[in-house]
Amino acid sequence: MEASERRVISVIVVNEASVLSRITDLFSGRGYNITSLTVAPIPNGNYSRLTIVTSGSVRVIEQITKQLHKLIPVLKVYEHADLVEKEMALVKFPASENISDISILCEAYNGKIVNVGENVIITMVADEPKRVENFLKIIQKYNPKEIVRSGSAALER
Amino acid sequence: MQISGAQMVIEALIAEGVDTVFGYPGGAIMNVYDEIYKQDNFQHILTRHEQAAVHAAEGYSKASAKVGVAMITSGPGFTNAVTGLADAYMDSIPLVVISGQVPMSLIGTDAFQEIDAVGISRSCTKHNYLVTDAKELPRVLKEAFYIASSGRPGPVHVDIPKDVTAQIADFDYSIELELETYKPHTKGNPRQIKKAMEAIAKAKRPLFYLGGGIINSNAAYEVRDLVHKTGIPAVETFMARGTLSHDDDLLISMLGMHGSYAANMAMSETDLVIGLGARFDDRVTGKISEFAKNAAVIHVDIDPASISKLVNADYPIVGDVKNVVKEMLELSSGVNAEKYEPWRETVTNFDTLHPLTYHEDTDRLKPQWVIERVGELLGDDANISTDVGQHQMWAAQFYPFSRPRQFISSGGLGTMGFGFPAAMGVKAASPEKTSINFTGDGSILMNCQELMTAVEKKLPVINIILNNNYLGMVRQWQTLFYDKRHSETDLSVQPDFVKLSEAFGGLGYRVRTKEEFDAALKDAVEKDVVTFIEVMVERMENVMPMVPSGGSLFNMMLLEKKEK
Repeated sequence: MEASERRVISVIVVNEASVLSRITDLFSGRGYNITSLTVAPIPNGNYSRLTIVTSGSVRVIEQITKQLHKLIPVLKVYEHADLVEKEMALVKFPASENISDISILCEAYNGKIVNVGENVIITMVADEPKRVENFLKIIQKYNPKEIVRSGSAALER
Repeated sequence: MQISGAQMVIEALIAEGVDTVFGYPGGAIMNVYDEIYKQDNFQHILTRHEQAAVHAAEGYSKASAKVGVAMITSGPGFTNAVTGLADAYMDSIPLVVISGQVPMSLIGTDAFQEIDAVGISRSCTKHNYLVTDAKELPRVLKEAFYIASSGRPGPVHVDIPKDVTAQIADFDYSIELELETYKPHTKGNPRQIKKAMEAIAKAKRPLFYLGGGIINSNAAYEVRDLVHKTGIPAVETFMARGTLSHDDDLLISMLGMHGSYAANMAMSETDLVIGLGARFDDRVTGKISEFAKNAAVIHVDIDPASISKLVNADYPIVGDVKNVVKEMLELSSGVNAEKYEPWRETVTNFDTLHPLTYHEDTDRLKPQWVIERVGELLGDDANISTDVGQHQMWAAQFYPFSRPRQFISSGGLGTMGFGFPAAMGVKAASPEKTSINFTGDGSILMNCQELMTAVEKKLPVINIILNNNYLGMVRQWQTLFYDKRHSETDLSVQPDFVKLSEAFGGLGYRVRTKEEFDAALKDAVEKDVVTFIEVMVERMENVMPMVPSGGSLFNMMLLEKKEK
């Protein structure tokens, strides 16, 4: 077996019905992995941008990009080598936890407290996926009630 | 001009030069059928099953090199057609398949005969559309024909809700297509082509590996020129049969699981594979790590995703094989055909050692004899289609093909039931040739209702049923790899095929001897009516040689030699 490596692929697609299904069907139909997927329209145009985090051998990654290219509504496929990659996470804590500790931790991970309620606080961090993962490990001791990760967004340098 | 969506479908088909549509009406597509009734620009052939409509359109497309068109209704009409779509997708056959859908207002309500058709066809079409507004129809239909026939061809499915076919909108088919995201790459990179030609000139044992893409791109005659100019021997895939003529000295034969010993050995010994429109299918390569192990690889293909998918290409060339082969011809003066004489001799010796043959050692007819005999009697005058199984492999091995588009068979998907309806499509496209369908006693029952279509529309396909009372290919694997446990493959309980054909108004013959076969075939060709010729053949005959699944090409099971 060839070594499997993590890869980030960006796909520019025409904004039209069922285009997302075409992409995800391709991955499931051919047995490729999706670790995370984000999608949003590109401003001022008819296109959307998907950022897909996947993994596979060099040959598999090459096939993924080629097969994506074959889909009719796909304009461009970028297989990133040198990229800036960020992911956001929202975490809900009980208000009874040590808020100042949590706040300092969030700051260390490009984040802050974004909502304070009677019983809970919600924090946001935005950082490289690996660092977000670290953050989520560290905050376990503050008894997080809910965690949401956004999946990666990436740009080539 | 302001017309209904249904009229737009008709106008678009006329504008595309369609002369034959295969189909089956139903509730959701009725508006379009109403317009078919009112026109006489193209003929509609009513098959007796939607699957057959799509297979017939495939056969029509394969024989004519045009886009095949099929029309079906929603729900079960569509799901019946899915096998045909998948078949066309696997074999890169350009089709436009138009289905009716429940009205827009009912979509998503589990309405009568509603199914998410585009959701189902997404993974077995090149592209598909659900048309939600009649305004979109001219563009969608024009795109459908363009996408189906350009680049790597394939089926395009257009799903049209019933209310959209009734909606009135402006129709202008002269619109320019703006497909910013779809631009097939048809011209090969000149530098890569030059490098490939240099590699060919340097090679000692080069080998052409010819694939079905040559047929699709109408490049067979250019490929013949290139092969002859360079003097390099060639093997054909199943899909490429007819690229070179059977009597061409440079054609070794078919390679792969049931390829000839010489073809498979040549592929194992070559130092340079020149792949033209072939995709290194597992039935061709056998164990991939042992495939052409010591060879560099030139790979010409219109589909970039086919290149280096399974076998790494040292000289990848993305382009239409016809364009690329023309460029290769221009640069072929550096190739010295004399140089390959020792290699050609080696290949000839392989063939002398284990020629593609069979033994006539039983009282019953041998299926291979039947195929060879049809070749002797009809040869170039027949178009050959097949179903799937042993008879299909024997047809590919033993029929003397002399031209491209003469052999029409389900290669990629391996669809039993393909042959008869496909042969009807072939006959509709090419009425001057005799249309032969080699089939088996298993396959023929999977679309035998098409006898009715063939009688009604006067499509005199001659179905030659090689009857061994077995699901033969599966039986062969059971014999060889499952210790002769013939699980559910004994088809001894059968209809009377002669009466079956006669019941529909066709001809039927049952033959057991060579003389009877010759007489039946002669009679059928003369009478020009759809025919079943049931040939009682040796039951336990195996297709040989055989590369067991996952084995290396050079490790073939061979036909046992017999003392004469």
